[in-house]
Amino acid sequence: MSSLPLLSYLVSSVCCIMALRGLSGPQTAKQGLIFGIVGMALAVVTTLTLSVVQSYTVIIAGVAIGGAIGTVIAKKIEMTALPQLVAAFHSLVGLAAVFIAGAAFHNPEAYGIGTPGDIHIGSLIEMSLGVAIGAITFTGSIIAFGKLQGIVTGKPVVFKGQHMFNALLGAALVFLIFVLCVSESAFIFWLIVAIALALGVLMIIPIGGADMPVIVSMLNSYSGWAAAGIGFTLQNNLLIIVGALVGASGAILSYIMCKGMNRSFISVILGGFGGEAAAGAAASSDGKSAKLGSAEDAAFIMKNASSVVIVPGYGMAVAQAQHALREMADTLKKEGVRVRYAIHPVAGRMPGHMNVLLAEANVPYEDVLELEEINRDFSQTDVAFVIGANDITNPAAKKDPASPIYGMPILDVEASGTVLFVKRSLGSGYAGIDNELFFYDNTMMLLGDAKHMCEGIIKAMED
Amino acid sequence: MNNYKLAEQADNIAQTAQGLSQQATDLALDISQLTATGGAPFFVTGLTVFVLACFVGYYVVWRVTPALHSSLMAVTNAISSVIIVGALIAAGPVEASLSKWMGFFAVVLASVNIFGGFIVTQRMLAMFAKKKKQ
Repeated sequence: MSSLPLLSYLVSSVCCIMALRGLSGPQTAKQGLIFGIVGMALAVVTTLTLSVVQSYTVIIAGVAIGGAIGTVIAKKIEMTALPQLVAAFHSLVGLAAVFIAGAAFHNPEAYGIGTPGDIHIGSLIEMSLGVAIGAITFTGSIIAFGKLQGIVTGKPVVFKGQHMFNALLGAALVFLIFVLCVSESAFIFWLIVAIALALGVLMIIPIGGADMPVIVSMLNSYSGWAAAGIGFTLQNNLLIIVGALVGASGAILSYIMCKGMNRSFISVILGGFGGEAAAGAAASSDGKSAKLGSAEDAAFIMKNASSVVIVPGYGMAVAQAQHALREMADTLKKEGVRVRYAIHPVAGRMPGHMNVLLAEANVPYEDVLELEEINRDFSQTDVAFVIGANDITNPAAKKDPASPIYGMPILDVEASGTVLFVKRSLGSGYAGIDNELFFYDNTMMLLGDAKHMCEGIIKAMED
Repeated sequence: MNNYKLAEQADNIAQTAQGLSQQATDLALDISQLTATGGAPFFVTGLTVFVLACFVGYYVVWRVTPALHSSLMAVTNAISSVIIVGALIAAGPVEASLSKWMGFFAVVLASVNIFGGFIVTQRMLAMFAKKKKQ
């Protein structure tokens, strides 16, 4: 390859770095996005000018079909469905990586890595790693998508000897990669793909709904590593750089999510959390009864408060209550109440999920605070309005060493004057644990759909 | 007599030197070819780039504000589809073959991601920007 395309790829790589750099604040983010688009366009145009690319009809058709599908999906999708959309997109990157590695295996001359039956050993190793990670990303993301969409059960699916079986499959993969390097057989290549596809399914099914933020981030990371693996195969620095960036990004997000739940990455991967086993260490709720309230009660309490902190969770997303919630906050502000929002790192089903939904509902950026920024303020807050969240407010995380969520950082809502809890039922959260906060003296449960409850409160306040 | 021998030796040496220089040229050519075609030398270069890019990614991503983590995910998703570069090369040849068709499918998948990823990111960022003005 001559120097010009290589330099052009370098510019493209820098653009991708700038795209991530822009996300350090909402003001620079749009500029970052433009960098990303320019970088991608440059990469595509540069590749099209290479001498190996001679026929454009199939390529144009492919970009047109894919581009149209992507555009329609991205324009139509509800913001509440964002986590499953991202999971679905990850699966496409994984599958594309499998196809590219397959193409490179069957036509290595195009990539300058040898001839069929005589591919360089190094390229074979890189290719098989790329294809294996790609295949795991593909099926793993499909399962994650199914769990988030509700097609596959959100409960962990576990069976005896599961970890042993997965480890065996992993070992088989390593062995087959070795065999591939020696034999270079197409059968072995596709066998690697098949086993990796199975491994992707088996790795994600034991993981419960509450751990999905970690899993979505992890699959994000995998899609990056797969791209980097393909970059090594094709000897293309652009793919290596972007793959490493995405891989690092996903890994950091997984780490932040794990920290938000005080769990190790390994324990998340091993799965099983949120199943029957977790229900054993329930809080002692027997004999106590929760205080139930109506929308009118809640309206009265909040109207007479001087400060309210709203704690949203996944339930708000499910009920699509963000717009009604913002209207409620606006009505409160008109009454002179100070309203702020507290976001737990793992609230929702993906990192930053709640921030997007609140932004969609036009909640001012300054009103939305992270856990560390607001947690100390709860003791000076009159009302904590918890809507669709549960585990992230459970005091058991601080007090009960036997609880599965012990040690997880929580929002200290119980320190505020009154806790209003909007929930569909008194059931446990996604971690499968009872929340003793429901039975506290300063807690009032508002049972019902989050959206209807907010609308009811607005109505009661206006009357 | 001595003079004749000396001249002969000098001639031999000159010939040897010429042979050696020819070998050196061949070697240099070999090396340049090896570097150009990749193989082991590329792996080292690639690894260097990979490790450095991981560090860049680490420092850049830690600076991303938590409120934009969803956008980060959508945008990384879009740019990881830069593997379309590999798909384009596979779909490039004139004659139809298995690898060309695999390239075509990879182009479709990567395009869904590129367009979808960037547009979704743009939609999200527009929401954050919108209330900035108010």
